[in-house]
Amino acid sequence: MTNGHENIGHPVDIAPGDEHLETGGIAERVYGYLTGLGLAILLTATSFFVAGTNLVWEPSIPVALVVLAIAQMGVHLVFFLHITTGADNANNVLALAFGMLIVILVIGGSLWIMANLNHNMMPMDQIMQMQR
Amino acid sequence: MTDATLRAAYADSDPHHVQGALVHSGPASKRIITGYGFWIFILSDMVMFSAFFATYAVLLGQTAGGPSGRELFDLRNVAIETGFLLASSFTCGLAMIAADARNKFWFQIAMAVTCVLGLAFLTIEAREFASLVARGAGPTRSAFLSAFFTLVGCHGLHVSAGTLWLLTMMAQVFAKGFRADIQRRLLCFALFWHALDIIWIAVFTVVYLLGSAV
Repeated sequence: MTNGHENIGHPVDIAPGDEHLETGGIAERVYGYLTGLGLAILLTATSFFVAGTNLVWEPSIPVALVVLAIAQMGVHLVFFLHITTGADNANNVLALAFGMLIVILVIGGSLWIMANLNHNMMPMDQIMQMQR
Repeated sequence: MTDATLRAAYADSDPHHVQGALVHSGPASKRIITGYGFWIFILSDMVMFSAFFATYAVLLGQTAGGPSGRELFDLRNVAIETGFLLASSFTCGLAMIAADARNKFWFQIAMAVTCVLGLAFLTIEAREFASLVARGAGPTRSAFLSAFFTLVGCHGLHVSAGTLWLLTMMAQVFAKGFRADIQRRLLCFALFWHALDIIWIAVFTVVYLLGSAV
């Protein structure tokens, strides 16, 4: 069983989305996807439960939701996209790391700057009065 | 010849070159290059989405006196949508296993199920959009709703494009079989479809769950 690429004795790069060369038969791969599906369902269900419950201290809910979402993204990356920490995956992980850096800069930077502007800006009704 | 003797034999020549010759067996295969290029595209797509997410997060409170997320979002619908998309990601994975095993029958079955799940997702989303517009909460109502329709609509457009691509791949495998170039396209398609699911995780968390908490 091949993943569409030749099996060479020593570690080489693999294409993003391809599984490791050593991974076994069909049953094993289906089992991998089932594991991913189970974990993803668990995390999604927890997210929806946490969002709608009164059992959790309320200010912690947004943080919990973000953490759960990041965890589920990790599950998808590993079990569905097969972007793992293996030596043959270094290029794919590095590209992902750079992408995440830009994503964090864009989202974090925007929120930071806009919160700062809101904080420093006069309330809108006072601006309106000044313009009169 | 072992690696050690090879190293000794080339000790005087350019060390970087020898190192490269020992570790790599030649240029990367076409599958790796194609997949890597497409992976870069997906990451750039995620950067684009991050701009939309930032816009939504900044404009979350700017409802201009109109309805807020808490009044508009139906979380039960969102949970069903999430289930459909997650299941479609799973069946897409099964289709790729079938493709690697060169099994046309199971490939077409799994792809067809993926397509149906994707269409179910799109149907629910379209009905949600229609009901929002009908309730006077269209994209022109407030900055918050503009950001909402742009972000979620952009994801929906990606899923629509993905569904068309999916049908194309079913037709290509039917007509041409599992040739190497078709397998490369399947690799890219699977990456695209799974990436859409990852973006949806961010959508249901940020837009719906956090958005309805405000």
